[in-house]
Amino acid sequence: MAPADQQPQPSATTPLLSIRNIAKSFGKTSVLRDISLDVAAGEFLTILGESGSGKTTLLRIIAGFESADFGEVWMAGERLDTMPPYKRRVNTVFQHYALFPHLTVFENVAYGLQIAGRAKSEIEQRVTEALARVKMSSFAAARPANISGGQQQRVALARALINQPKLLLLDEPLSALDANLRRQMQIELKSMQREVGISFVFVTHDQDEAMVMSDRIALLRMGQLEQVATPREIYRYPATAYAAQFIGHTNLLRAEVKSGLARSHSLSWSTSLPDGPALFSLRPEDIRPASGAASAVSFRGRVKQRVFHGATELLQVESGDLLLTIRIAGKEQTAGELQLEFFTQDAVLVRESAVRT
Amino acid sequence: MFSRTYRAVITLPPVTWVAMFLLVPYILMFCYSFWSVSSLQVIVHSCSLANYRELLSKSVYLQTLFRSMWIAARVTLFSLLLGYPLAYYVSFQSGKRKDLLYQLVIIPLWVSYLVRAYAWKTVLGSDGVLNTLLQYIHVSQHPLGFLLYSPFAVVLTLTHIYTPFTFLPIYASLERIPRNLIEASHDLGASSWQTFRTVILPLSVPGVLAGATFAFVLSLGDFLAPLLLGGPSGIMISNIVVSLFGAAYNWPLGAAISFCMLAIVVGLLFFSERLEKKWSFR
Repeated sequence: MAPADQQPQPSATTPLLSIRNIAKSFGKTSVLRDISLDVAAGEFLTILGESGSGKTTLLRIIAGFESADFGEVWMAGERLDTMPPYKRRVNTVFQHYALFPHLTVFENVAYGLQIAGRAKSEIEQRVTEALARVKMSSFAAARPANISGGQQQRVALARALINQPKLLLLDEPLSALDANLRRQMQIELKSMQREVGISFVFVTHDQDEAMVMSDRIALLRMGQLEQVATPREIYRYPATAYAAQFIGHTNLLRAEVKSGLARSHSLSWSTSLPDGPALFSLRPEDIRPASGAASAVSFRGRVKQRVFHGATELLQVESGDLLLTIRIAGKEQTAGELQLEFFTQDAVLVRESAVRT
Repeated sequence: MFSRTYRAVITLPPVTWVAMFLLVPYILMFCYSFWSVSSLQVIVHSCSLANYRELLSKSVYLQTLFRSMWIAARVTLFSLLLGYPLAYYVSFQSGKRKDLLYQLVIIPLWVSYLVRAYAWKTVLGSDGVLNTLLQYIHVSQHPLGFLLYSPFAVVLTLTHIYTPFTFLPIYASLERIPRNLIEASHDLGASSWQTFRTVILPLSVPGVLAGATFAFVLSLGDFLAPLLLGGPSGIMISNIVVSLFGAAYNWPLGAAISFCMLAIVVGLLFFSERLEKKWSFR
């Protein structure tokens, strides 16, 4: 199935960061298996995964706090994974910010420049600018313990950017903030990234966050990449059943293809796939009340349950022995029996996700 | 939350304990320090500052007090120089052997003080282990006399005894440093040495202060090590106090000296408490 509205891939020229065949185990548990991933200059790439998927370990390997058992990391033509962390032109925003408690906000941000032995006047000027950019100028003399989580977040960002790294790593930097502040910081982070124009590698377990901020998402599951694609593409054309389920809601339809016709329970639709079993993902919003379009697959369903979400409403619909989730506009009237339809191109073929232990 | 009676009952035992065994003796000692001993070896309950005057006028007391402080200062310095690297190693570098090493540092604390002091006696004596070895390998012809019955022996023994007391608070303060701060420092370009100097050392200052206070206060008041290993030149202020309360039978003067030491120690504790507060950022 050729995606029609697929976003163009980030520039095909040499990537800024190139992760090649990285593998890592802790004792007998394999945490990362054969990860290869490129990050383009100026790209916002999110490594998305559940806890235990290995996303933080991958980030720590790029930063240099963990060494890979196998594989290489290259940045701008330079081998990175053999360098100690303090020599890498990579900076990190840590999960709990890791601000130095004995230094003031100003001194925290100045740390990188101080270590690099910059002149006092230069430090003064650059730190002042950096604090202004994150709107923390008035807190320059405060200690980290006396500012809020969101403010600490901003200081951590300013501190990590002060050395003008080529690549910024962010380890779930927003996870400690409450929902409203988090949404605000997502937008701030994204616009900051556009402004400074450096590559961000952002680790999160929050798929909404990944969708909002990323140029591309690398979906990690049990130490392997499920799919690497733009948010739009990964949502529209999930490669695997896991990708389809992890990012947004979906209906997985287990079908049997026989001479150009896919059949799943009481539903059937035409397909160009060869004969055999196939798995399809059909998004809830792609099923809608029938409009009588000739090309659509039409069927009857009975509403079992409804969950109101404001703008939209999620319905559990039973059709024969099939239970489907559908999303309709919150204003629509729904009750009892419904005539529903979907277009065959919206039923996306996905791979089974491998079961691993 | 709790009734007044309950709180009164629950606080009574500790308050009684402290009053009976700490406050009352101190008050008694304070009173004694103003009394005097008559020519008939009877303690006269008449108040005067004579004891304090004697303490300040006779050079032997002040000299011994300063020598004690000098010994305590050296013990403190050497305990820190031994205890800090040890604590740093156990906390940051020991990996899986951390618990074992920690126990090994603590174990000497379970061994009687006397045993450890006597052990040094057998090591440092003129026919002791060290002298025998030095003569055997022809480093020296005769037994080295300064090894035992000298301030050196006292400093060495006290350093051995009080190093675990500096190790413990330093180790605790190092363990409290979040490891991501060290990663953040490396991440910002700092080498291991720079990270130690700018992050680890400042954050461990409270532990260093607590350890230094332990070593100084405990060794300042020590009397067994100088008694067993100090010889005439290694006498410390507590030995004088012991003899004043014993053979010399001059409790009032002993009490006055004790009270001066108490004042020094309390002042020191107060000062180090203030400094520790200033250096803790949580």
